[in-house]
Formats: sequence, structure tokens, C-alpha cells
Amino acid sequence: MTSIELPEPDKSILRRRDAIVADLEAMFSPDQVISDEVGRRAFETDALTAYRRLPLAVVLPETTKEVADILRYCHESNIKVVARGAGTSLCGGALPAEDAIVVGVSKMNRVLEIDYPNRTARVETGVTNLAISNAVAEEGFFYAPDPSSQLACTLAGNLAMNSGGAHCLKYGVTTNNVLGLKIVLMTGEILDVGGKALDSEGFDLLALAVGSEGQFGIITEATVRIIRAAEAARPMMIGFDSAAKAGLCVSHIIASGIIPVAIEFMDKPAIEVCEAFAKAGYPLDAEALLIIEVEGSEDEISERLAQISEIAGELKPTTMVVSSGPEQSERIWRGRKSAFGAIGRLSDYYCMDGTIPLVHLPFALERIAEICSSYGLKVANIFHAGDGNLHPLIMYDVSKPEEAEKAEQAGAEILKLCVEVGGCLSGEHGVGIEKRDLMHAQFDKKDLAVQTRIKSVFDPKWLLNPAKVFPLDCREDPSVKPASTGEAA
Amino acid sequence: MNDILSPATDWELGSMLASLSEEKTSVEILGAGSKRLMGRPPKADYRLTTSVMRGIPLYEATELVMSARAGTPVSQVEIELAARGQMLAFEPTDLGPMFGQAAGIQTIGAVFATNQSGSRRISAGAARDHLLGVKAVNGRGELFKSGGRVMKNVTGYDVARGLCGSWGTLAVITEATFKVLPVPEDVVTLVFAGLPDDLAVEMMCAAMGTPYEVSGAAHLPASTVLRLEHDSLSRAGQALTALRIENFPKSVAYRKTKLSDALSAYGTPFELDLENSLNFWGELRRVSVMPAGSTNIWRISTAPMQAPKIVYGIARHMDVRVYYDWSGGLIWLETPESADAGAADVRRAVAIHGGHATLIRADRAVRDSVEVFQPLSPVAERLTRELKAAFDSHGILNPGRMYADV
Repeated sequence: MTSIELPEPDKSILRRRDAIVADLEAMFSPDQVISDEVGRRAFETDALTAYRRLPLAVVLPETTKEVADILRYCHESNIKVVARGAGTSLCGGALPAEDAIVVGVSKMNRVLEIDYPNRTARVETGVTNLAISNAVAEEGFFYAPDPSSQLACTLAGNLAMNSGGAHCLKYGVTTNNVLGLKIVLMTGEILDVGGKALDSEGFDLLALAVGSEGQFGIITEATVRIIRAAEAARPMMIGFDSAAKAGLCVSHIIASGIIPVAIEFMDKPAIEVCEAFAKAGYPLDAEALLIIEVEGSEDEISERLAQISEIAGELKPTTMVVSSGPEQSERIWRGRKSAFGAIGRLSDYYCMDGTIPLVHLPFALERIAEICSSYGLKVANIFHAGDGNLHPLIMYDVSKPEEAEKAEQAGAEILKLCVEVGGCLSGEHGVGIEKRDLMHAQFDKKDLAVQTRIKSVFDPKWLLNPAKVFPLDCREDPSVKPASTGEAA
Repeated sequence: MNDILSPATDWELGSMLASLSEEKTSVEILGAGSKRLMGRPPKADYRLTTSVMRGIPLYEATELVMSARAGTPVSQVEIELAARGQMLAFEPTDLGPMFGQAAGIQTIGAVFATNQSGSRRISAGAARDHLLGVKAVNGRGELFKSGGRVMKNVTGYDVARGLCGSWGTLAVITEATFKVLPVPEDVVTLVFAGLPDDLAVEMMCAAMGTPYEVSGAAHLPASTVLRLEHDSLSRAGQALTALRIENFPKSVAYRKTKLSDALSAYGTPFELDLENSLNFWGELRRVSVMPAGSTNIWRISTAPMQAPKIVYGIARHMDVRVYYDWSGGLIWLETPESADAGAADVRRAVAIHGGHATLIRADRAVRDSVEVFQPLSPVAERLTRELKAAFDSHGILNPGRMYADV
């Protein structure tokens, strides 16, 4: 998988490498600057491992001021910067460049303040997603967005990609759960947006910054909403003999006025692999499985699950099992959350992330199967059914370059399909380099120009997270002032 | 000034704005005009309304999504939704009545352009949280789209949400696509009587920290209670603190008992049933306790626990009427007529305790002379100006409506 074009590194920057490293070493303590090749290797890729680029150097600041120092230096010296959290991006969002410095926020991982009465937590963004929930679990609170990588991924990365997770049907995605940000701009200026209040003042800079894929600045601190957890939660599993019935079941539940906390979908290949891994009791005879979770007191849960069972019953499911207790619930979710890892044990795979309107689910699944089989590849489908966010996992053999190429082509066709039926290229992973060249499928030139002009406001020299999000030709729009980053050298 | 442009299509709006931009001619952007007297008075050559652009091109109840043309009245949107048992969960505030206009005339485009969110904001999120996508025309006359019709979408920057709260200074929304939710089967409101502001806010915050999913938390001091239209409540003669629970009937019954138990230290609440609850929260949605008149009205957003301190800080200097929504996070504050509408004291109290204040209602002369929106930090101000130029290079859209030169 190497068909995505990455720009040639700026030779004038490469030639200055020794001097730049010397500058960095003068600015930071020795354990904050990584310049040897072995050390830099650890940062050469993210979770889109097919693409690798050795960065010029890596800097690990410990304070907002240090982030400001390194960005100001890079701005003045026209050096590109790639911000990095934990490097779990599936779309190449944290892929370095040979002429770029990686600025990692991993050392900035403290929880600064927990305020239960106002239901907020202020944290440094190198903190992992799960660590925020863990910090407030004692009082029965949690931080809602829960991407599958939550054990490892940082809030910084979640903010950059506006990450979601299985439970956002009820609780929303990252942008709905953040109240304030401290953003260091490329100039080294520090911008405070929002705080503990529910609205931010002036233009909604918070909305623009969340999901900007590290292209506006580096977010060093965030004030997030923490939510009191429900008394209890319990999932049920419903198996069907067709994906169409599973899709109908989701529609019927939502039409009835019930919004579960999560509705997850798995197709047969995914069920088989996950069952082998987690022994969750998934029905192996089903073509499609829904995992539906509801919350509340025990009585409320029982009543809701009974209503859902009644709705599902009309569609003649092959299996209907309510979790018998915490242990089974844990296994049911472990199976789902470890799906990517479980499939990874069998085969290399390419994880897609488009969203479709739910009405088109049966058609989309059929087309996905056709597309993959036309390339001779197998696919497993796992997704957040409540919001139509698909994650087809295209299986291929990484040691066969022609298969990798095919997987990438099949993936692109699937994402275009998502756009054609009224959906989008990315539901929660981001564009990164992976979907960059497909942006024309979803947006016309004006749509993209509106976005690239915003980019130019925050980062006039286009130094932050270069060659991501926008097709490489996008800066040719004459209304976007190109900046002299020395790219032509 | 008498010319009101009313484009019927996106294309027409695009060509109007393109030629106005070319001529560097400014234009005031209106929906139904219900909030026209709010904000800095715009100084524009023309007026343009979206009110002819009406209709609901998409409504998929099973996907919880609707698209409406910008000029569609919110009341019409809500009638369509109610027919399928759904609603705008953020229950947009209707500022019309406080400016002497009829209730229910505001347009859906204006709701998103000004990010109007009512009491359920505290549990369901703001208008901006429900917006999924827009079609819009910027000040260059370019028709563009952002977001889409699906719940989860991180493709490109979140420009749609970025337009929320920009008061038509960046672009004119022509169509909004937004998330809708089912109307809860049952509603009950627990009302605690006689709590002073600080205890009431403490109690509301405690309630929000329980697992019982309180979907509205408002406190009205005795002097504001008097102004309620609700007959028996207005005669309560003491402060009222209201907590709303919404769910299916058995769940509401269970939760109201648990919640009362958890808050027993603050007294024994009485209950408003479904109908009375709808009336009471409906009044808050219209801000009925701040009726049309010549007093000044501020809207202050802050951390809930700081709210009583802000109010005391201002009340030391002048006679105020106030009520708290969002568990204290939103203060509606009425100040007497004065040259600056109390801006100096309001801004000082907010600066000390955190948050931001917007002058919602005041004489034109006052709005011309004091900052209506919260003054920005130097960095935010620079970015605000540059964003304005990126969308509207000749500054033709609602010039000066939010900030001078924006």
C-alpha cells in the first residue's frame, strides 16, 4: 500500500539538519530531543503502517510554553511540524515527513483539575482517553467518547480527529464533549478557547479546532465534560439470517422512540473471528449480529430490553440473548472491542471508516461484498449501526504488494460508494493521508477552498501536518495565498 | 435601506452576494427578523431575508435526521417533527417575545446561525451539537457545503459547526441538516421552594451529578417567580428551583423518587405533571419572565457554581432581576435603564468569576456604545478578523453585528 503520493522532502531543510538538531538540543533537555536513527524509527509511522517516513527529529515538550517555543522556532525557520499523540491514527494522521519535526505530547499527560460540581475535568492532552475516565471513575463519572483504541490513544489525537466510539449514539463525539482548549498556534501564540461554561464566546473556534487534524495548532490542554454514569448497563445480542433484517431492526427500534446507548453490527466473518477470540457466546449461525446496550436501573433495563426484544421478535431473529450479568456483558464487549486485534491475528487487514445513511445499509453491504470479491479479497464488516458508521475490514497479505494495492483500491471504491449513497468518507478516523485524494469525491472546489482558507488563517505557511486532509493540488486555488515554505527546493 | 432582497434559491442568493461583494455593498442578513434588535446595530446598505427559502427536503425519522431550508419557521419544523413523535432536543430559545414579537416566528437558519439552545442544552447539547451539515453562501458569493446528513462525519474541517454562533457574519446558511430525537413519553418536574440562589445552584449541580438524567435545571428567585405566566406557580411567593426528568413513565416514576431521596437535604419538592411541566419549560423557552420592555437584558454563560457569585457581584451595584438555567451555567439578567446597561459591572463580575456575557436587549444607543458580545483576547480577535476575511473578503455580511470591523 504505497500508492498515495507524498511530497519530496525539502532538500534545503535536510541539508540544515545538523544545525537544526543543535538548535533543538540547545532549547530542550537531552531526554526531550530524539535525533538518532534508532530513536526516530519509533516515530516513523502510526497505525496505518504501510506508510513510513523517518522524521527529521522528534521533540517531546513538557509544558505549553515549550510547545510554544518549538512551534515559534519552526515557524521562523520554515520547518514543518507533525504533532503526535500516541500514534494510533488509522488514516496516517500522524505520519511524519523527512523534512518535518515530530512534536509529541506524550510527556504532557497530567489530569490538572477535576471539578465534580461543574462536571468538568481539565487535562493535558497527552493523557490517554481511558485515563480520563479512570481518574473520575471513583465518583461514578466517565468521559464519554470511547474509541476502540482508548487504552492507548491520547486526548490530543481524539481532539485532532474528533473521535467517536461505540457509545456516541447517546453521548456524542469528541466535539460534543469538550468545553475548552488551550491551543498553541504555529507562531507560538497561545489561544485559550472556552472553559467551564457550556458556550464559548465569539466564533465557535472550538468547533473549528476539533477535527482539524493537527493542522491549526497543537492543543496542549482541554476542559472536557465528565458525565455521571448510569446505575447499570446491559447488552443484548440479536442474530439475524440477513443483514437487511438487522438493518430494519435498527430502524424499527429508533422509530419506536428508543435510543439505546450503543447499537453495534457484525457480519458473519466478523462474528466467527471475534467468537474464536473472546468466547462471548456470539451466535455462529447468524449472518448478522446486533449488540444493543441500554442503561439505567435494573428495572429500567429489563423494561427497555423487553421492548427491544418485542420489536426484534417481529423480524424473526435466529438468536436473542440478554446478557446474564456483568461477566457475560464484559465478554460481549470484549469480543467487539477486540475485533480489530482478533482479525489481525488471522490476516493483515485494511480498516475502512465511511458513514452511510442507514436506509442504504443492505445495498451498501451487498456492494461492499461485490467490490471486495471483484478484487479477490475477503471482507469482514463491523460497525456502529446506530449512526451508520461502517468499518469494513479488508483482508489481504501484506507480503504481496499486488494484494496490498488491490486492498487500497477496493477501499477507495467502498468510500466512494459511501459518498454516492449520501454518506461520507470518514465517520471517526479522519482523512489524514489515507482519504486525502478522495476528498474531491465528497467536496467540490469551492467547498475545499472554504476549508483551505481557514487552514491559511491558522497556519499561513502551511507548516502543520503537511500533505494531509487536502489533495495536494488544493493549494493551487488562487484565492489561497501560497506561503513560501521552500517546498519547491 | 428600504430594499429587502429575498432570494428564493441558493443560486439566486449566490449571485446577489457575488454582485454585492463586487460592488463592496454591505447587507444585513435576516430570517424572520425576530432578533433584529439584538447585537450591535449593523450598518448596511441593503437587507436580505432568507424567509422565502422554505421547506423540508429531507426527513428520515428512523435515522433521526431532517434537512430544512433556512427560512423555514421553527414552528413549522416542530409541527413536522411532532407528527412523527420527534423534536429538536435542544429546544431553541425564542427571543422574539422579549423584543415584542410573536412567539414562534424565528427561522431554523437563524437558530443555527445564532446557536440558540434552551433548557435541555444541559443534557442534550446545544444547537451546534445537533447540526450535521449546511449549505451556505459566503460573502464572496460562493455556494458551499460542509458536513452532511449522517451523524458521524469527520471528513474535512467542521465548518458547519463553525458557522454556529457567527450571526450571519461569515456566510448565509441556505439549508441546515440536523439531528432530531424522540419526544420523551413522560415528563415530570420536581420543584423545590424557598432556596437561596447559592443553595439552589449547589442542589442543581448535585442533581446533575446523579445517574437520573435530569434534563432541565432552573432556578427562579422569588422576584422572578412573580412574573411567571403559570397561575399557581407565579403565586408561590418564594424562589422555585425546578428539575426535569423525562423518560418512559415507569422510569420517570422511579427516577423522581430516587432523585428526591438524593436531594432530601434541600427540602421536599412538589411535582409538576406532564402538562404543567410542558407549560413551565415552555415559558423558559420564550424567556417569559423577561417580557418586552425597556429594561436591559444580559445573557451570561459561566461555570454553574460561579453563577451566584456573578449575580451577587452585579446586584451589589444595581437592582437586577435574574433567573438561572443550565444548572446555573446560564444566567438571564435584567438590569435597569442606564447609559451602559450595567456593562462595566457585568463585565467586571464575569472577569472575576469566569465566563462571558452578551447584551441581549438594550436601546440602540447603548448597543452602539458598549460591546454587545464578550470582548475577545488579542489572539482570538486577530483570528476572528482573519476568519471574517477568509469567508467575506469585502466585509459585506452583517458588518459590525458582532464586533467592530467583523
